[in-house]
Amino acid sequence: MSATFLGIPPFPEAAEKAVNDSRLRHNLRKATHTIRDKRASVVGELHDDWQRLRAEGAAVKEHTLRHLDRYLEQLEESVQRAGGQVHWAADAAEANEIVTRLVKATGETDVVKVKSMATQEIELNEALAEAGITAYETDLAELIVQLGDDLPSHILVPAIHLGRAQIREIFLEQMAEWGVPAPEGLTDDPRALAEAARVHLRERFLRTRTAISGANFAVADSGTLVVLESEGNGRMCLTLPQTLISVVGIEKIVPTWSDLEVFMQLLPRSSTGERMNPYTSTWTGVTPGDGPQEFHLVLLDNGRTDVLADTVGRQALRCIRCSACLNTCPVYERTGGHAYGSVYPGPIGAILTPQLRGMSSEVDEALPYASSLCGACYEVCPVAIDIPEVLVHLREEVAESPGHLGEKAMMAGAEAVLSSPRALDAVQRAAGLGRGAVPRHLPGTAGAWTDTRDVPDVPAESFRQWWDKRGRERG
Amino acid sequence: MRVALFITCVNDTLFPDTGRAVVRLLERLGHEVVFPEGQTCCGQMHYNTGYRRPAGRMAVRFVRTFEGADAVVVPSASCAAMVRDNYPRLGGRGSRLSRKVAELAPRVYDLTEFLVDVLGVTDVGAYYPHKVTYHPTCHGLRMLGLGDRPYRLLRAVRGLELVDLPGDTECCGFGGTFAVKNGDVSSAMGADKARHAVETGAEVLCAVDNSCLMHIGGTLSRQRSGMRVVHLAEILASTEREGAHGALEGSEAGS
Ligand code: SF4
Repeated sequence: MSATFLGIPPFPEAAEKAVNDSRLRHNLRKATHTIRDKRASVVGELHDDWQRLRAEGAAVKEHTLRHLDRYLEQLEESVQRAGGQVHWAADAAEANEIVTRLVKATGETDVVKVKSMATQEIELNEALAEAGITAYETDLAELIVQLGDDLPSHILVPAIHLGRAQIREIFLEQMAEWGVPAPEGLTDDPRALAEAARVHLRERFLRTRTAISGANFAVADSGTLVVLESEGNGRMCLTLPQTLISVVGIEKIVPTWSDLEVFMQLLPRSSTGERMNPYTSTWTGVTPGDGPQEFHLVLLDNGRTDVLADTVGRQALRCIRCSACLNTCPVYERTGGHAYGSVYPGPIGAILTPQLRGMSSEVDEALPYASSLCGACYEVCPVAIDIPEVLVHLREEVAESPGHLGEKAMMAGAEAVLSSPRALDAVQRAAGLGRGAVPRHLPGTAGAWTDTRDVPDVPAESFRQWWDKRGRERG
Repeated sequence: MRVALFITCVNDTLFPDTGRAVVRLLERLGHEVVFPEGQTCCGQMHYNTGYRRPAGRMAVRFVRTFEGADAVVVPSASCAAMVRDNYPRLGGRGSRLSRKVAELAPRVYDLTEFLVDVLGVTDVGAYYPHKVTYHPTCHGLRMLGLGDRPYRLLRAVRGLELVDLPGDTECCGFGGTFAVKNGDVSSAMGADKARHAVETGAEVLCAVDNSCLMHIGGTLSRQRSGMRVVHLAEILASTEREGAHGALEGSEAGS
């Protein structure tokens, strides 16, 4: 019942379709620029403090990743001490199996969900559906995607590719099938749409006794989990149900409660462009008579320890999923998220997905090239992940793998010319002689250039020829 | 001062006017320009596409060619950034290449850095009676941090009317092999950059990187926009006595 990314072609092909979709382009341009500008203004007001916060955020994460084994054990202990249960999942299948078992044990067939990237990564909803359990998304954008049987296209705003007229249609057509129907005469006014979602969801919150969440942070020393959100749906899911299951990637740890002060400043400003997010929920194990009485923490590896072993690539694990890199990326702005063929789109997706999945497919191999290396992502990243550096590093892996013979031959040819001034000079002279014969439209790979761009005129003489001549004339 | 020019393979082959302009400009300012003949390419294309070893070999050549120079001037921000930011990643820790790069890289300058920081000039005596807009290319903007240097140089040019480029900090979409590997996205980005450029009403778009200009200029020309692209060096080299290309008739990127 739910769509998956299987079958999406490699990035260049998927992107070709996206860049020609005028509605998509319009929606994305509007949304990314709005949020980009908001971020710039709330980050700008902190002046030099921002760079200090950013360095601190990167340092805390780097330290934690280096001692992850220790902090994971500490977290397990703290959570257990506070009355929670901890489960370890090596991969998606194991995590899904654990969660399914836990939900079944409650006897429930419905669960509410707080927006979570980890559960999307493991395709938990699909696994639960197979076991006869329906997972209801409660984040507004996530709800839209679920109702529309669509795919998320953004880390923070999964329905960013849709405009409000499209959302109205989805609500009118699908809400009734899932629960409380959309009111008759629903308009595409954002308030009206939000109100329809509230009414639809409220009934669900009050009725459902099991919730599944992720977490933005897991504090090792106290065993506290933290969720930041804007809509209050998370607060509902985290407090009303009887049982709470949180699926959390092992890289989400911070050592101490006080480390949160850095991230509580970095994350909202980077993600929604707010000084502070409306709702921050924290919970530590279970509290008798208050909130869920049963709490399970599922710690998810799913490729992360492999990433940790790569000294260049592992900085991707610092990511706090703020989505600033998506919002600022000129490539993402023009393709949207679906073209990346993964729940993690944009610049972070281009370095995380191939690492987590292991670059075993054409889709994953194309991702490190889905960037002009402009560096805008690195500039905005609140934990200073040098995304261009990792992209190039992953390109090296692709270039060193078997295949890609055409490109390898081209690069070898280029090196042969460029590693000898005499060879270069010879090529330049030949080009100068043939300069009149360059066609307007070139064949093969070069056609990708001449489709939309003229080629420059080839000069009659290269710089080095001119220099040489000048030297001789001057004696 | 004796200045070693690293022309870059793209300028050498396709945009010799830019090189001639740098020579004319620096000589006019009273400096001696030398052109070490062993130079070829910085290795940026190989490096950025994932061909690390060839890039490393080109880095070795670059270092060997320029290690004796007092100052190396590069009329291409991305090539200067390749040397300063990426060469240190190419050699292993403590390797011979790393040591030599650490020694040489601080003396490698983009043209605007050399003029403003080393020579301490912003008014280079140029005259260029045109309406111009400036596109800060990504590697100049974010890797080298050129900041206001190009604008200060442009504002001091007599006759030149400088207008702001909307969306200036956004990438033009060139990105080396990205331009063909992801031709559709690259073209979409180029179309927006060209639209912004035309919106300014300027006659000329200038930048400090001819590879980006080749992409933007190729787009503008394909659209018959009537706008041309010119490397900043050619503007700075122009005077009342000599036009953009001195006595020489030459082609401009994308024109
Ligand atoms: S990579 Fe950086 S900017 Fe992108 S989502 Fe992660 S933390 Fe945010």
